[in-house]
Amino acid sequence: MTRHRGRGRLPVVLALPAFVGLAFLLVPLAGLLVKAPWGSLSGQLFSAEVGEALRLSLICASLATVLCLLLGIPLAWLLARSGLPGRGFLRALVTVPLVLPPVVGGVALLLVLGRRGLIGQHLDAWFGISLPFTTAGVVVAEAFVAMPFLVISVEGALRAADPRFEEAAATLGASRWLTFRRVTLPSVLPGVVAGGVLCWARALGEFGATITFAGNFPGETTTMPLAVYLALETDPDAAIVLSIVLLLVSVGVLAGLRDRWISGPT
Amino acid sequence: MTLTAELRVTRGNFSLDLDVTIASGEVVALLGPNGAGKSTALRALAGLLPLTSGHIAVGESTWDSADAFVPAEKRPIGVVFQDYLLFAHMSALENVAFGLRARGTRRAEARAEAARWLGRVGLDGYAQTRPRSLSGGQAQRVALARALATGPSLLLLDEPLAALDASTRLQVRSELGRHLADFGGHTLLVTHDPLDAMVLADRLVILENGRAVQQGTPSEVARRPRTDYVANLVGLNFYRGTATGTSVALDGGGSLTVPAPVDGPVHVVFPPTAVSLYPDRPSGSPRNAWPVTVAAIEQHAHTTRVRLDGAPAVLADITTATLADLRLRPGDGLWAAVKATETHAYPV
Repeated sequence: MTRHRGRGRLPVVLALPAFVGLAFLLVPLAGLLVKAPWGSLSGQLFSAEVGEALRLSLICASLATVLCLLLGIPLAWLLARSGLPGRGFLRALVTVPLVLPPVVGGVALLLVLGRRGLIGQHLDAWFGISLPFTTAGVVVAEAFVAMPFLVISVEGALRAADPRFEEAAATLGASRWLTFRRVTLPSVLPGVVAGGVLCWARALGEFGATITFAGNFPGETTTMPLAVYLALETDPDAAIVLSIVLLLVSVGVLAGLRDRWISGPT
Repeated sequence: MTLTAELRVTRGNFSLDLDVTIASGEVVALLGPNGAGKSTALRALAGLLPLTSGHIAVGESTWDSADAFVPAEKRPIGVVFQDYLLFAHMSALENVAFGLRARGTRRAEARAEAARWLGRVGLDGYAQTRPRSLSGGQAQRVALARALATGPSLLLLDEPLAALDASTRLQVRSELGRHLADFGGHTLLVTHDPLDAMVLADRLVILENGRAVQQGTPSEVARRPRTDYVANLVGLNFYRGTATGTSVALDGGGSLTVPAPVDGPVHVVFPPTAVSLYPDRPSGSPRNAWPVTVAAIEQHAHTTRVRLDGAPAVLADITTATLADLRLRPGDGLWAAVKATETHAYPV
């Protein structure tokens, strides 16, 4: 009865590159698992260097995410709601770090926040604060690269949210700040969470801007991606173990986001 | 304390030019077709839209004028929006308490007051319910409680019953009427439903194309419509004409005999049920009778409405039995007759 009419087989000209593409994405990851030193894995995993790099990475990525939330949510609100002239241009500028090679971002940060940088020299002279080659520098570099992910996600959520609810809050006597806190923010919370997770994952994997701006000092600025790169030359097994840890974290983030997207509110 | 407003708003091709006064305790309905400017007027009164010119004042305090603008959050108002706009992430109680909290009432006190309001609108036991779990009628009542809880001086209702199904609507309308009667402030009801306006309002303002075309109590408006739109709303045949004694020459052609002598430009109305249809010219009693052609036939609940072309064109409501007797089809020629005593003529 149910005869499939007509569409026939997948055209080879599409199917072949599709499967090659799939393999291209998955085989390297599988290779990582195949080559892993499973025997000595637990020993490697709990070694001092791995632990230190992992702890530093998690702390820095989390601090960078907090920084991005504090600055990025208001920025997203400004872009989505304020009626500021030239918002389209501002939005384009905000996305620049998204496509900028991270190394270039690191150089730019050095030029501005470095000890002789435009702002850095005053920070150094007035407050004795020097960001480059410190843990704080890692946080700054990661936040610089990761913030656009948060801003774009939150701004999209804000633009999709019905502004009439904010009008309803205003007629009830709520100031714009109260309205933002009690009405707007809760309604875009799924977007904030998704943006925050993406932002955190991006910060965790940050390499180029970090090594350029913060350098590579074990225990202070050597995050996981830096440790992987270094270990590759001296101890390839350690590099594989570190990579697997990062892979697991990434997959975990992806799984967490999917749950959020499927069963999240509204 | 009276609310006086001269609402002048210009946006693109549309302009609103409407004077409204609302006494304390009075319910004024702003009735008009879509796009007449009802929502613009409501938004201007709420402070969501500044006036282009004109002013809004309640008693001594000015809300909007050439040199002062009080934004929505500073006006003592309550608004029930058409789709209620309840905050989805808050319980019914938190929704009602929101306005009190925003205006500085302490949390415990605000929640107690909100609970009292939920009780007053018959929603005891729904305090912790989220808006999405409420029925349409319940959500409407939460929205009303939320608007009234802050003790506003002006209550604005934007099509408050439009989102409800017919059976709920009847009940919610009568409840709403009770709450409006208890409310001591000024109420403006925006609606396109004449029944809502007639039942709930003390006075109607009919708005067309941004201008008030008629004002009056519901019974005045229902008896003496002044535009085709209003006549259509209240379901009357409506003509303009010039009267000499009991004879009115209609502007659109034809003439009608009316019961009492009048002079000069007049409106003439009569209900569609007053129209009788005959296959041939009726003879006998003094009647208005003229030849007509069937243009369209619409079936309503218990009657059939026939649209008839002629001088003048007329709407007639006939019973299904009459319909069967006459075997009407569009294009058929008939005679329409109306007793003079069924008509009503009044000066323009």
